[in-house]
Amino acid sequence: MARKSRKANRRHPLATVVLIAIGLVVTGGGYAAFSSTTTASADTSASSQETIDEGEKLFAANCATCHGMNLQGTDDGPSLIGVGAAAVNFQVGTGRMPMAMQGPQAMQKPVQFNDEQTAAMAAYVASISPGPAIPDAKYLQADGDAANGGELFRINCAMCHNVAGAGGALTEGKFAPELTGVLSTHIYEAMLTGPQNMPVFNDDNLTPEDKRDIITYLKYLENNPSPGGFELGNLGPVAEGLFVWIFGLGAIIALMVWLTAKSN
Amino acid sequence: MAHDEVSGHDTAASDSSAVETTRGTTAGTTVIASDVVNPGEPPHRKRVTDVDPKANKTAQRSVYTLFYLSIAGSVFAVAAYMAFPIEDGDPTALRLNTLFIGIGIALALFGIGLAAVHWGKALMYDKEGIDERHPVRGTDATRERAVEIFEQADKESGFGRRTLIRNSLIGALVAFPLPGLVLFRGLGPQNEDPVELLSHTMWQKGSRLTLDPTGIPVKAADITIGSVFHIIPEGLNEREDRLEQKAKAAVLLMRLNPDDLNISPGREGWSYDGIVAYSKICTHVGCPVALYEQQTHHLLCPCHQSTFDVVNECEVIFGPAKRPLPQLPIEVDSEGYLVAKSDFNEPVGPSFWERP
Repeated sequence: MARKSRKANRRHPLATVVLIAIGLVVTGGGYAAFSSTTTASADTSASSQETIDEGEKLFAANCATCHGMNLQGTDDGPSLIGVGAAAVNFQVGTGRMPMAMQGPQAMQKPVQFNDEQTAAMAAYVASISPGPAIPDAKYLQADGDAANGGELFRINCAMCHNVAGAGGALTEGKFAPELTGVLSTHIYEAMLTGPQNMPVFNDDNLTPEDKRDIITYLKYLENNPSPGGFELGNLGPVAEGLFVWIFGLGAIIALMVWLTAKSN
Repeated sequence: MAHDEVSGHDTAASDSSAVETTRGTTAGTTVIASDVVNPGEPPHRKRVTDVDPKANKTAQRSVYTLFYLSIAGSVFAVAAYMAFPIEDGDPTALRLNTLFIGIGIALALFGIGLAAVHWGKALMYDKEGIDERHPVRGTDATRERAVEIFEQADKESGFGRRTLIRNSLIGALVAFPLPGLVLFRGLGPQNEDPVELLSHTMWQKGSRLTLDPTGIPVKAADITIGSVFHIIPEGLNEREDRLEQKAKAAVLLMRLNPDDLNISPGREGWSYDGIVAYSKICTHVGCPVALYEQQTHHLLCPCHQSTFDVVNECEVIFGPAKRPLPQLPIEVDSEGYLVAKSDFNEPVGPSFWERP
């Protein structure tokens, strides 16, 4: 009896409210801390012989171990014949290449080369065999039809990348990355070249205008807050369910304990 | 304080009544073994608000503060509704509108609730009292009187005597829900065999494979290796029941290196130069299977992680699906467009009772 009353003494009537408030602030703050952006840009298509030579040197020093001196590929890396400048700009420009180690998929990491070096390597790879070029800037302005982009995104992309572009899991440790904070160029190049396990969406499937609309949709999502309030990472039922189970049910249980406890 | 005097007296009263309860053998307590002594109610414990006038004052203050806070919340919700109009359709305004109205209303309701409970717990009279449970069974006289009333009512109304009227009433009561049943039946499929509907799709010999959602026909040459095209049958967008048809006829078109495909006997002519078409409807519970990994050639269903191996005719390699995805036989017409050779050779989607 005495123990019970001492226990009751420790609880302030407003403790529950404070607890919920702390929980909300921690969750929101944690989410805000995670939203960071990466920056890298490359929009040159000029490929003089000098650039190509420069790219060849960089390629020989950094890429040839796995991809072969003549882009033919080895046991450690695929052939780069026909991948084009777009693939190089995407893989190197997002830091996926050079790869740190073999794994389920090449991870995004700090970019290893500056824009000039990336462009030089892209020019070199494109000079060996033709492939998709770095996209025209007029498709990258995010000024298309967001509604059409949204429909195309839901049909072609949302199953892997999530309807809000938050990314999602694939098989055996692979995943589709989130699309917020990704440069328009890289989104376009990814659709065009199908990096790693992503399928290719060539211009007969999604025309350049379609790709522009999809970029417009993604940039719209990025620049406009969700009208529904906290997104909780837009991860869908798992994140939302976890939140409700912990904070919703937690608050209900805390209130019940307070309701039924005797006043001290 | 007078308050305390009452409490002392009351505690004593409740203690004695507790003792009596153990001795008495009312219906509810007979199961208690005689050697177990009912300890009775614990002694009354005074609250801080009973003994410390300062704490009492604080409790009073927090109760009325919470009530005032509730009023403030209501006013805030009204003000927020005015301050963040949603007429212009701006999502930021909508978000702020719902957020602040919600905060205001939550404050208003929580304020009332918290204050009421706090008032009851900390300030209201809190002495323990016991109300004995009274027997549920009525006295014999009451029971006899009840039977008497029923018999009298039966006699006066003639319910038992006039059987024709009574039975017609029962008949009317039975008949009146029937229109509801008929109306509900009307919501179901009419003059259609559901088995037939589930067994066939819009695809037929010669129908072109067209892009979802535009309906633009696809040429075999358009499809590069590693591509995945989301396909609907030609003419789907013009149909009135396009959603019903799309739910069965959606197809995923992929191009692999022809050498990678393991084609079983009987399916040799179903693909074209590495281009294969499979139903997008999962054989587990019908989710759209569309997570295609172009290097591993695995197709993953997002709902329950069933994984299909496109190289081996979409056989199930993981997850709860039981059957491979049905393959749509395709060929190329004279203009180079991809067309279906026939409908699917088996029902698409999840199992159903009558499925062969």
